[in-house]
Amino acid sequence: MTKSVLLGTLAATALMAGAAHAQATLEAVKARGELICGSNTGLTGFGNPDANGNWVGFDVDLCRAVAAAVLGDPTKVKFVPTTGETRFTALQSGEVDLLVRNSTWTASRDSELALDFVAVNYYDGQGFMVKKDLGVSSAKELDGATVCIQTGTTTELNLADFFKQNNISYQPVTVADDSEAQRQFLAGACDTYTTDASGLAASRATMPNPGDYIILPEIISKEPLGPVVRHGDNNWGDIVRWTFFALLIAEEKGVTKANIEEVATSTSDEEVKRLLGVSGDMGAKFGLPNDAFKKAIAANGNYGEIFAANIGEGTSINLARGLNALWTQGGLQYAAPFR
Amino acid sequence: MAVASDVPKESFRLSMLIYDTRFRSLTIQVVVLILFALAVAWLLNNTVQNLAIRGKEFNYAFLWQRAGYDIQQQLIPYTNDSTHFRALLVGLLNTLAVAVVGCVLATILGIFVGVMRLSHNWLISRLMTVYVEVFRNVPVLLWILLAYVILSETTPEPRAFRVTDEMLAAGQAPAARMWLWDTVAVTNRGMNIPAPVFDRPLGTLALGPLTLNLTFLALLAVIAASVWVNRRLVAAARRQQEETGERPATWWKSLLILFVPAIALLAALGFHLETPALKGFNFQGGILVAHSFTALTVALTLYTAAFIAEIVRAGIMAISRGQTEAAYALGLRPGRTMRLVILPQALRVIVPPLISQYLNLTKNTSLGIAVSYLDLRGTLGGITLNQTGRELECMLLMMLIYLSISLIISGVMNIYNRSVQLKAR
Repeated sequence: MTKSVLLGTLAATALMAGAAHAQATLEAVKARGELICGSNTGLTGFGNPDANGNWVGFDVDLCRAVAAAVLGDPTKVKFVPTTGETRFTALQSGEVDLLVRNSTWTASRDSELALDFVAVNYYDGQGFMVKKDLGVSSAKELDGATVCIQTGTTTELNLADFFKQNNISYQPVTVADDSEAQRQFLAGACDTYTTDASGLAASRATMPNPGDYIILPEIISKEPLGPVVRHGDNNWGDIVRWTFFALLIAEEKGVTKANIEEVATSTSDEEVKRLLGVSGDMGAKFGLPNDAFKKAIAANGNYGEIFAANIGEGTSINLARGLNALWTQGGLQYAAPFR
Repeated sequence: MAVASDVPKESFRLSMLIYDTRFRSLTIQVVVLILFALAVAWLLNNTVQNLAIRGKEFNYAFLWQRAGYDIQQQLIPYTNDSTHFRALLVGLLNTLAVAVVGCVLATILGIFVGVMRLSHNWLISRLMTVYVEVFRNVPVLLWILLAYVILSETTPEPRAFRVTDEMLAAGQAPAARMWLWDTVAVTNRGMNIPAPVFDRPLGTLALGPLTLNLTFLALLAVIAASVWVNRRLVAAARRQQEETGERPATWWKSLLILFVPAIALLAALGFHLETPALKGFNFQGGILVAHSFTALTVALTLYTAAFIAEIVRAGIMAISRGQTEAAYALGLRPGRTMRLVILPQALRVIVPPLISQYLNLTKNTSLGIAVSYLDLRGTLGGITLNQTGRELECMLLMMLIYLSISLIISGVMNIYNRSVQLKAR
């Protein structure tokens, strides 16, 4: 009896300590004065260090927006490169506060891995890239092909399902990361490389002769990519989600990096006023300064600006907005109302 | 007359546990054991609590779920519909395949190099020295990568083998040709070798999760029986030699016993070789030996053989020079002296360090991840771990399996070691 009471107390203490720990990400980041963001090991356009060692890219800019919202300074981010295999463990163990790394939102990751996907910053799908002179125009012609595939990804499972459904066979060559896949693909060790279509475009942009490679028309899966946080720290999840939504609302309302100061003083739109912290106390409700979301937008501009600067048409990645256009322009990007 | 009285029996006092040398070491051991148990308990408790905080429970049920991924090299039937446990088995067999082939080849090469290094021929012994020093002093991971890069970058793509109608019309030859009378194709993905095929196989027998290949078992049984009968024959010949001094000729009987039943069985089963042929993107048919397997095996063999060579050299040098001289005095030639006199005695020095080389090679197979070889580390510790998110379970299971393999190897080798040790008679 005494023993079970003792054990019960111990367990309760442990659980409470755990609960306290789970709520602490915001405090931990503030105390540290730096956001630690899990990123790709290097995928051009989405997240890779430039010639001076500064991280740049579409995913990187979301990390910077969160840092600007939480700490008031978009440069206070430390990027930790993670591979497909190590990313979730790094997040679960607390090595990173936030993971923005082309990760697909799936049911098992939400449930079994005890992670929370808080938003979708890129709607993607899995595609195939082949050499033009292979003479293939459809993924269904790939019977018997050797396929390079990154290990520990959802694409690995989709690939098996796709070939099974179409009753064709393949030889998998599992590789650790994008650069290894690219090396094997260029050397001809595999006939085709499969990953998210955006990743293929990014990969192709860094190849010696991008024109020699085509991305096949089939998109074989839904790959909603988005930022991930640990399960249980709901306030931290809200902050990341609403930072992203703020970028979307800013694009919808025409708030840009250039005009944000002017809009803040002149606007008569109540939602924009709340968003930029001119009226109301929405920022404070998240435990942040009232102008937190204004700083997030001011860091690298709204969603459309970030897209255009890193991966949009006109960059070497050259991706169309497609599904990632705002809902007002026929796309899927849709932010909940800021009220 | 003095009577020796008994020494009064000292009663046990608690302080004796510390001050009495008879008890002190025991006391210390008990205390250390308690501390160690506490540390282990603390670690376990800590782990369980942390798992509870993350909302995860510790169980192995995931092993029976559908794996959903494919594996390039499979020694037992496996599809992406199989369970994670089946994938584990496939990975384990891939690990063992490299370990077994590597250990056998490394032993043969190591003994050869070790003996050659002691050769009186200056050139041969120096060449062997260079080999040993070069391989011992560069990390094995680099050798694996080097072997893989050489294999995959210097060999042609499968489509280099293709012959089109235009090429035939123009009288052009394809850029690459198959080897050994068009039976072996070496591409930048692997080696396609002919596969044994049976027209009339005996089928398979399913025993729970295990599937027995009856054709293979029958073949194995016939070969075992032949070997047994042959040994009886040789034993009978030796007995006759000892009794009468004349040994009957047995070689043709041996050949008949060893080969005729096996060949007859193969013929009855309709055995033939299926050669690979270029279809679509890759060679189909035959057996694909992936370059990742070859590179891993070759690199581990060459690396470990360099260490084994040194062990063999040390073992031979430990045998007194007088043994060689005595053997020469009896008229034995150098080759037979080595085989019959020196090596058997050297084995007692060679075998213990050889065990640890086998263990090293087996554990080093986990470096196959560098060349995308899906061994135990790649399946259980790689994809399964990642797709299920069960890090702790997978890591513990993987460590347990590697530990078991190592203990089995060292147990078997220790039995062998006892059999080759000098026996005092």
